[in-house]
Amino acid sequence: MKGQFLSSKMDIVKNGIISSNPTFRLVLGMCPTLAVTTSAFNGLGMGLAATLVLICSNALVSLLRKVIPDKVRIPAYVLIIATFVTMLEMLLKKFVPTLYSALGIYLPLIVVNCIILARAEAFASMNKVGDSILDGLGMGLGFTLALTLIGFVRELLGAGTIFKGSLGSAEFGLTLGNLPSYSLGIFVLPAGGFLTLGIIMAIINYIGQKNKEKREKEEREKLHKILEAAHSNEFSDGENNTNEEEVRA
Amino acid sequence: MQYFLLIIAAMFVNNFVLCQFLGICPFLGVSKKTDTALGMGLAVIFVMGVASIFTWLIQKLLVLAGIEYLQTIAFILVIAALVQIIEMVLKRFMPSLYSALGVYLPLITTNCAVLGVAILNISTYGVVGATSLLQSFLNGVFSGAGFTIAILLLAGIRERMDLDLVPKPFRGFPITLITASIMSMAFVAFGGLLG
Repeated sequence: MKGQFLSSKMDIVKNGIISSNPTFRLVLGMCPTLAVTTSAFNGLGMGLAATLVLICSNALVSLLRKVIPDKVRIPAYVLIIATFVTMLEMLLKKFVPTLYSALGIYLPLIVVNCIILARAEAFASMNKVGDSILDGLGMGLGFTLALTLIGFVRELLGAGTIFKGSLGSAEFGLTLGNLPSYSLGIFVLPAGGFLTLGIIMAIINYIGQKNKEKREKEEREKLHKILEAAHSNEFSDGENNTNEEEVRA
Repeated sequence: MQYFLLIIAAMFVNNFVLCQFLGICPFLGVSKKTDTALGMGLAVIFVMGVASIFTWLIQKLLVLAGIEYLQTIAFILVIAALVQIIEMVLKRFMPSLYSALGVYLPLITTNCAVLGVAILNISTYGVVGATSLLQSFLNGVFSGAGFTIAILLLAGIRERMDLDLVPKPFRGFPITLITASIMSMAFVAFGGLLG
């Protein structure tokens, strides 16, 4: 019983990360996805910032789901989200100023990130607090993962570095030999953002299609075997049995 | 001359969609047909123009009261209310325009281009830095025009692409994103206009 309970909770989280990944599957929240992913560090920062807002707003929306009248629910959700975004903005400005300036205008724009509003409307407004928090966590992690991946590819191709960034006075990241002098600057430009996301999505589609074809083929073979078995059973009952064996021979 | 530069910058050099990544969701979502794209574009121009004026005034009030940190909350509320009011006014006085804009009007509340232009108008993030009310208004309207140009172009391309044989994994969003990428490369060239 407890195992089942745990696995159903895990499913909520996993759903957001893989099967309905907000970026690659649902195609929501594209503006920050493309704008801040010039480096993996910025992508990760944006993802975590959005995750935090998503968890908090999901929790509060879920808590207030019986109090908020149906007619004004969207403005109410927007207000809740805007409050958390403002809090986050202040926190980042104080503690991680480098990230604050790197995210720039896209930080306040988390307010209109469709993922957050969509989860408030589609999940948190009809589910319990615990599940809503888990949903926020899963969706947020899926978003973070996608942003970090895009940022990683763009940073590697566009600047020739891996995960370069700084937190406070500590700097980290890797510069690959003299790769920066061969880097393709276009991947850091807006055009590169569109291109990278388009190609990553195509690769994911391709893998998805291959898996689907494989599954269909397996299912077809299984069906075939069942049919064959049924077929031979039918014949073994009757007199045609010998006939078939002759043909096979 | 100064206004002319501002207009060119808002429409082409800092094109909202292709150079600043604002309003990508409607750009990808509502660009299947040119007429719906045009409807969305006109609605955006309209709301961005009006929102620019109001948020600029609100910002002055916030600064007077010393509560600038409430900017994001105040702006999103103003925009949501504005969209609602515009919808009601249009329905009452200009039903033809109302039906032409249709479902796109309420969608604009969550279009980050509108909140984006409001924040850019009054902040230091902006490349242009519109300082007066007239500049804010022009920036809003012509940024909206830039959005319309981009979404119309993409819709035209997508209409033709429907007839082409696109490799299966690229169908739908991937090929649209790659198209947008090539358009974005073209728009980078406008950067040279302002030197």
